[in-house]
Amino acid sequence: MKILVCISNVPDTTTKIRLAEGNASIDTTGIQWVINPWDELSLTRALELRDDPASGVKTVTVAHVGPASSEPTIRKALAIGADDAIRVNAESPDAWYVATQLAEVLKKEQFDIIMCGIESSDYNGSVVGGMVAELAGIPSVSAVSSLSIEGGIPLITREIDGGKEILTVGAPLLAVVQKGIAKEPRIAAMRGIMMARTKPIKVYEPVPAEPLTEIVALEKPAPRSACKMVDASEPAKLIDLLRDEAKVI
Amino acid sequence: MSVLVYTENWDGKFKKLTFELISYAHALAGMMNTSVTALSIGKTDEEELKQLARYGAQKIISAENELLSSLDNQAYTGVIAGIAQSENAEVIILSNNNAGKALAPRLAVRLKAGVGPGVSRLPLNLSPFTVYRRAYSGNAFAHLVIRSDVKIITLAQNSFELTEVNATAAIERVNVAVDPSSVKTTVKEVKKQSGKVLLTDADIVVSGGRGMKSPDNWGPLTELAEALGGATACSRPVSDEGWRPHEEHTGQTGKIIAPNLYIAVGISGATQHLAGISASKYIVAINSDKDAPIFEAAQYGIVGDAMKILPQLVTAVREIKK
Ligand SMILES: Cc1cc2nc3c(=O)[nH]c(=O)nc-3n(C[C@H](O)[C@H](O)[C@H](O)COP(=O)(O)OP(=O)(O)OC[C@H]3O[C@@H](n4cnc5c(N)ncnc54)[C@H](O)[C@@H]3O)c2cc1C
Ligand SMILES: Nc1ncnc2c1ncn2[C@@H]1O[C@H](COP(=O)(O)O)[C@@H](O)[C@H]1O
Repeated sequence: MKILVCISNVPDTTTKIRLAEGNASIDTTGIQWVINPWDELSLTRALELRDDPASGVKTVTVAHVGPASSEPTIRKALAIGADDAIRVNAESPDAWYVATQLAEVLKKEQFDIIMCGIESSDYNGSVVGGMVAELAGIPSVSAVSSLSIEGGIPLITREIDGGKEILTVGAPLLAVVQKGIAKEPRIAAMRGIMMARTKPIKVYEPVPAEPLTEIVALEKPAPRSACKMVDASEPAKLIDLLRDEAKVI
Repeated sequence: MSVLVYTENWDGKFKKLTFELISYAHALAGMMNTSVTALSIGKTDEEELKQLARYGAQKIISAENELLSSLDNQAYTGVIAGIAQSENAEVIILSNNNAGKALAPRLAVRLKAGVGPGVSRLPLNLSPFTVYRRAYSGNAFAHLVIRSDVKIITLAQNSFELTEVNATAAIERVNVAVDPSSVKTTVKEVKKQSGKVLLTDADIVVSGGRGMKSPDNWGPLTELAEALGGATACSRPVSDEGWRPHEEHTGQTGKIIAPNLYIAVGISGATQHLAGISASKYIVAINSDKDAPIFEAAQYGIVGDAMKILPQLVTAVREIKK
């Protein structure tokens, strides 16, 4: 079996977001770019499966739609342990465009399991994974919190409101993963970093696609009003404020 | 032309979030001069379906087929896309919950529609169709233009007030055709949490962090949640340590919630934690460190020892609830 992990390249999660001139994008000066946290977890799970001979998973490939400047993030995924990588050489103007490119990759190469994250921490769309599956005409399962392979068949836990379902779906399938898929992200060891330099990154040119959505403006959240402090000697006052002033209890 | 709402049901019942969706759709249809159709998939009885009209559905379609008893993304997409086409829907609205996130992007491809995910207000503009949504994990909001003819919106939970309009609606029951070979998901087992208020449904959430010091200290925190009729939550290190179950973890890599009231106890307020709770209407912080960043996100705060303050809050709540 072959697994493809789709990774997006996002600002480090502690970044203080500042807007660029014109307020339609963010100011990227000084930003550290990292693998989207979910994608780091799906990569980790994919590698755990590959490293377990019983799973039948032989290789883990990562795919990314992005310009050459995002190669350090791809190299990081290779250093963590992915076998090889694919980069589609394009910016990612919207989910539709990105999904179209990834679906095109699936036409060129066969994978049994494709993993996407529940959301990218910049766009927060939760859209790309499902679109890729529909474009490729394969089943998708969303909110996947565990994935194992039993006797060649993927066994999945799906989170539902107030519980979980254990289910099977025949491969090829696309899993949109969330919390639980792996415990801690695997980190790159020195050996991995050395080896990553020689692992192949295949570059595809994009196919034409028309973005369907566009961010025309960004705003910072309205500053919250100053915090009203209640003295620790009278906590009951807090309850009065919540009832009489905020009117939430 | 119409606005179509996918109304998920839970064992035949709708939830508050369903009525939020319909209220939103009703307001949007007003802006667009069109009407609201609600689509329910699976068994729901007449009385339950009629509730949708209370919030503004003018037509209610209940689609049934035994093969649709659990969510199969492809089969459900097929049903919703079919109804969207026959209803000539210009906007399709789903919840931004697990099912909505699973279905919206597949529908988008089927209908060649752009998606506005996690929308929290009515469109800022109809032409071009511009929605307002969370981005950068709550550190910014985006004005997103959707350029396609058909538009799909997933509505952020707890972002729109319920409005009763008491419309009357015709209920249409349809037996949809589903090709058995097209259903690819086989659910083997369902594990449901019972009894407790679900974190994703709760209007009030009481949440504990590492400042709670030990899993044995959660008693007064759960009592406070119970007294308030709320749910319990926690920060990531707390669930990583196994002090609390994983379902309770909120934040960037956990659940994203937007209750009316979020009480953070012994939580420092890291950006990754705030990413999951910043859309809450009110945030209360209880922390022994007056400089903890959580106080910058909160509207009410107490500087002090959680173990001393929590029991007093429980007493105070019980007092006013009498
Ligand atoms: C990629 C990534 C994703 C992450 N995702 C998440 C996420 O989804 N959710 C999340 O929560 N974190 C997440 N984190 C972790 C996050 O950065 C913080 O480490 C975490 O939120 C801190 O948890 P905490 O506030 O419980 O603990 P701490 O930061 O240790 O804070 C404990 C607080 O308790 C206070 N305290 C101590 N004693 C008492 C007392 N007796 N009474 C009252 N207060 C007391 C202290 O003053 C302190 O402010 C993520 C990190 C990364 C790198
Ligand atoms: N540019 C990209 N290249 C590869 N995969 C991506 C890209 N953008 C998003 N994805 C995948 O889609 C998931 C969800 O992204 P989004 O729909 O933007 O929230 C991510 O976790 C990735 O797995």
